[in-house]
Amino acid sequence: MFLIREARWLAKDVRWLVVESPRIAARHRAGHFVIVRPVENSERIPLTVADADRVGGTITLVVQRVGATTTRLCALERGDSILDVVGPLGKPTEIRNFGHAVLVGGGVGTAVIHPQAIALKQAGNRVSAIIGGRSRDYVILEEELSAVCDAVYPCTDDGSYGYAGLVTGKLAELIGDSAEQVGVVLTAGPVAMMKAVAALTRTPGIPTIASLNPIMVDGTGMCGGCRVMIEGTMMFACVDGPEFDAHKVDFDELNNRLRAYRAQEKASLEHLCRLGLNRSMD
Amino acid sequence: MKPAERMKIPRQSMPEQEAGERARNFQEVNTGLAREAARLEAQRCLRCKNAKCIAGCPVGIDIPAFIEAVAEGDLDKAAAVLYEANALPGITGRVCPQETQCEVRCIRVGKGEPVAIGYLERFVADWARESRKEGGAPPRPTGKNVAVVGGGPAGLTCAGELAKKGHSVTIFEALHKVGGVLVYGIPEFRLPKSIISQEVAGLEALGVRIVCNTVVGQTVTIDELLGAEGFDVVFIANGAGLPVFLGIPGENLLGVYSANEYLTRVNLMGAFSFPACETPVLSSAEAVVVGGGNTAMDAVRTARRLGADPATLVYRRSREEMPARIEEVKHAEQEGVQFQMLANPVEILGDEDGWVRAVRCVRMELGEPDESGRRRPIAVADSEFEVPCQVLIEAVGTRANPVLTQTTPDLATNRWGYIEIDDNHMTSIRGVFAGGDIVRGAATVILAMGDGKQAAEAIDRYLAGKRASMADETA
Repeated sequence: MFLIREARWLAKDVRWLVVESPRIAARHRAGHFVIVRPVENSERIPLTVADADRVGGTITLVVQRVGATTTRLCALERGDSILDVVGPLGKPTEIRNFGHAVLVGGGVGTAVIHPQAIALKQAGNRVSAIIGGRSRDYVILEEELSAVCDAVYPCTDDGSYGYAGLVTGKLAELIGDSAEQVGVVLTAGPVAMMKAVAALTRTPGIPTIASLNPIMVDGTGMCGGCRVMIEGTMMFACVDGPEFDAHKVDFDELNNRLRAYRAQEKASLEHLCRLGLNRSMD
Repeated sequence: MKPAERMKIPRQSMPEQEAGERARNFQEVNTGLAREAARLEAQRCLRCKNAKCIAGCPVGIDIPAFIEAVAEGDLDKAAAVLYEANALPGITGRVCPQETQCEVRCIRVGKGEPVAIGYLERFVADWARESRKEGGAPPRPTGKNVAVVGGGPAGLTCAGELAKKGHSVTIFEALHKVGGVLVYGIPEFRLPKSIISQEVAGLEALGVRIVCNTVVGQTVTIDELLGAEGFDVVFIANGAGLPVFLGIPGENLLGVYSANEYLTRVNLMGAFSFPACETPVLSSAEAVVVGGGNTAMDAVRTARRLGADPATLVYRRSREEMPARIEEVKHAEQEGVQFQMLANPVEILGDEDGWVRAVRCVRMELGEPDESGRRRPIAVADSEFEVPCQVLIEAVGTRANPVLTQTTPDLATNRWGYIEIDDNHMTSIRGVFAGGDIVRGAATVILAMGDGKQAAEAIDRYLAGKRASMADETA
């Protein structure tokens, strides 16, 4: 059992959980993820590790409420616990001095770029973060990122806060500004966003890394459910990734594969509601 | 009883759930021999002086001795003989390919059917689980600590053997439950999970500690286990879990699974009781499974139980070459599984929305034997045909799991990523041993268990040597 030390809302339906897990905290590097199973009978789902505290022996998870399992996780409070947490999984981000590193996060993908920002800063990079949300309430981790980045650019689709428009609009501005000298782009978030980021950096030839989020079961290479096509070669995101050269990823196929269980997700959530476990979380 | 009388007794048949009934449930197919049938079956054994069956057993069970005890009604003694050589007889009695190991060597094969060694092993193990009292006094602790990486058949066996010798053993398991392929791969209808949990409880009673959710190589390294964590020895048995895909067009369509994923969803995660269990699995009117091994049989029989009609098995060779256990093939057929033999998939076809709709196959014929000794399948020109399906499952093999070896550069592997060992199961790192599929490549439960047992003996010798040299130093 993994004790929750802290729980709070980052945005509507987005929960911040600080979980006691000394072994994972000790080994965690930027880019790693974990698999959690909140209770017996729930799914195993991959989650981003937004932060790790080696001294305190905790990791921070950011969870967006979508299906039954994430609904269970979002209902957890300080003092509750999670049945299973396994990790750190995947390969860590390649960290070196690229000069100017620009991190592009969308929605809960913003949690992926937080540890990357810390590690890239430590490696001597100038670090900028472009973070997007539908509206002001959905822009997350701005304060945490501001503490480590040289510049943070919040973007909102509805223009209610920061840059009015998509993250790619802001990224295009930075790329177009000769003073910025973008050396690398790291991106995490919705597939459509990552695809658009990759399209933008392809022509100027800026190295771009995307953190992929396919469906997974075990997270250790055993099921092959997380297979993604990288320049025509089949790779498993759990053991070969989750980060890949964004210019080589088949994003359309990834997007298609993410739809596999839409109908079941709905049924599962309805079942959970009937059980009365889906308490109000606003 | 004279041999002639023994020869007259016919082989007892295994009682099983009726095929039409069981094709709709996940309860165990074989229900086990009754006591009288077991006694009769045991009397069929001719008690050969030079029993050849023992040499066919990867863990070297004294088969005639346990069978004689069954014939005499001394089940306590039968269980003692079994457990002496095999920590998990309730499992092997159900999943071993007896027809290619012990039973094929039975003297009776020349004149009819062999003694049903597997049925008897299962009978004794099931009796022992229900009725047997706790074993003798616990062994004297040696003060040595052994870390076992992976709680599958090799790891569980090694842990049990070492615990019996008084070593303190901890199993590190990546998943949330130990058992490896026994829990994620082999379905409930062939190996009930309650049997595994009881066998595992037996290991815990011997003092084995089980730590789940730990991926050695990621959560903790081999160096840390041998250093700060205070283990004297590490035994690696993390398996050959990575699924191989055919490499044909259409494999990323929705509805295409590796058998590993399909079976893990159903067995480990309980998707057959969705939505009570929250992990989903796609069910379909028509399902196709590609392959001819036990995993393919497990997958196609699972698809059948989840409602596929037809559930079709596509295999590129003929029935004789299928590596699956004979009993599994027979059971699948009884349950209404369709067989497309001598057929090889060339492309998976999808609809406009990205879902599987059919698999295109080509007819095969058998040519000269290949390096495996089986006749090589050759494609027949202009013989393509389609099999409609909305779920397609590939059960065409697995390869080495790279997670541990990638993060342990000192560990020597061969070009396929399998760990290299010496005659004592020791790897290129001193004090680190390995066995099971991560050494030999995908094989059977019992071969992995044989490795676990041999490695335990080698580890015990190694630890004894260490004790002796330490005694020399302090003398």
